[in-house]
Amino acid sequence: MIGGLTLLLVFQLVGEALVRGLSLPIPGPVIGMGLLFIALVLRGGPNEQLRGTATGILQHFSLLFVPAGTGVMLHFHRLADEWLPLTVALVASTLLSIAVSALLLQALSRHARHREDRP
Amino acid sequence: MRPALGEIWVYLATTPLLGLTLTLLAYQGAFWVYRRANHHPLLNPVMVAVTVLVLVLTLTGTPYQTYFDGAQFVHFLLGPATVALAIPLYAQWERLKGMLLPLLVSLAAGSLTAALSAVGIAALLGASRESVMSMAPKSVTMPIAMGVAERLGGLPSLTAVLVMSTGILGAVCARYIYRILHVDDYAVRGFAVGLASHGIGTARAFQVNEQAGAFAALAMGLNGLLTALMLPWLLPWLESLLP
Repeated sequence: MIGGLTLLLVFQLVGEALVRGLSLPIPGPVIGMGLLFIALVLRGGPNEQLRGTATGILQHFSLLFVPAGTGVMLHFHRLADEWLPLTVALVASTLLSIAVSALLLQALSRHARHREDRP
Repeated sequence: MRPALGEIWVYLATTPLLGLTLTLLAYQGAFWVYRRANHHPLLNPVMVAVTVLVLVLTLTGTPYQTYFDGAQFVHFLLGPATVALAIPLYAQWERLKGMLLPLLVSLAAGSLTAALSAVGIAALLGASRESVMSMAPKSVTMPIAMGVAERLGGLPSLTAVLVMSTGILGAVCARYIYRILHVDDYAVRGFAVGLASHGIGTARAFQVNEQAGAFAALAMGLNGLLTALMLPWLLPWLESLLP
């Protein structure tokens, strides 16, 4: 648990340092994720400890959104004024982006599979 | 003389303990309800937990900042959790390699659809500039979205709320969209919900199916990367087109 968490924090720290040092537009944890992924490909997979820690954190990933989400109480005023454009934009854009990416990926991966099946 | 209940609350509210404990209690309670209801999407645990917390804080007159002083310890874990996404990603590496091109094309299309439709609709319906800019990265995982919003001149804390709402919306509705569109492949289902609804969609996908979860994590990571790179370039151009 501690070993796994340390490793995650080290990768995050390296990511943050790279972002600062090279003034990249990408957040540090994303760089950290990329670096860890490369490390896993090179090493041939995570050890038990890292796998356990990651599974533990990711099982309750949605918990981590609760503190910032509760910040909705700071914006009641704005939300009362602009609820219509914000709600319509959120709902329409979310449904649209799910539909577009699902249909496109389904069509393209079927196409790719069919090509593979052909002798 | 014993201190009144209100005084005890005032004392406790000044320590990080209260905010942290409340967050975990609210989430545990919400998750218990969610599990009892057989993971029904309409009882999304983030939505229920946030509703409970906002009610408690409002009724007790506790400022959000006081609460966040404690809850920030949970918030902090978003960073290492984002790094940890490399592990489920690696687990699907073999399958990913075979469909890299379809994944990247769908990613670009979905990512553009998410950002541009949100900005366009909000602007056309008369939302303020700050709100529109805060809306742009709403499909991206929270730590990235807040950073992007700041760069664009939006309000990071408003973005956090929009990100949460998008996540919940996607997690709640995805199943119905897939049913209407006849999308059955768990990889495809996970990818689309992770792309549009980041971590909350990914959490939901993991609860449904391991492979869906891994593809959701992949889509979330890639969309975060792409949006962080693309939006700061794209939006000034888009802004010049809008009224």
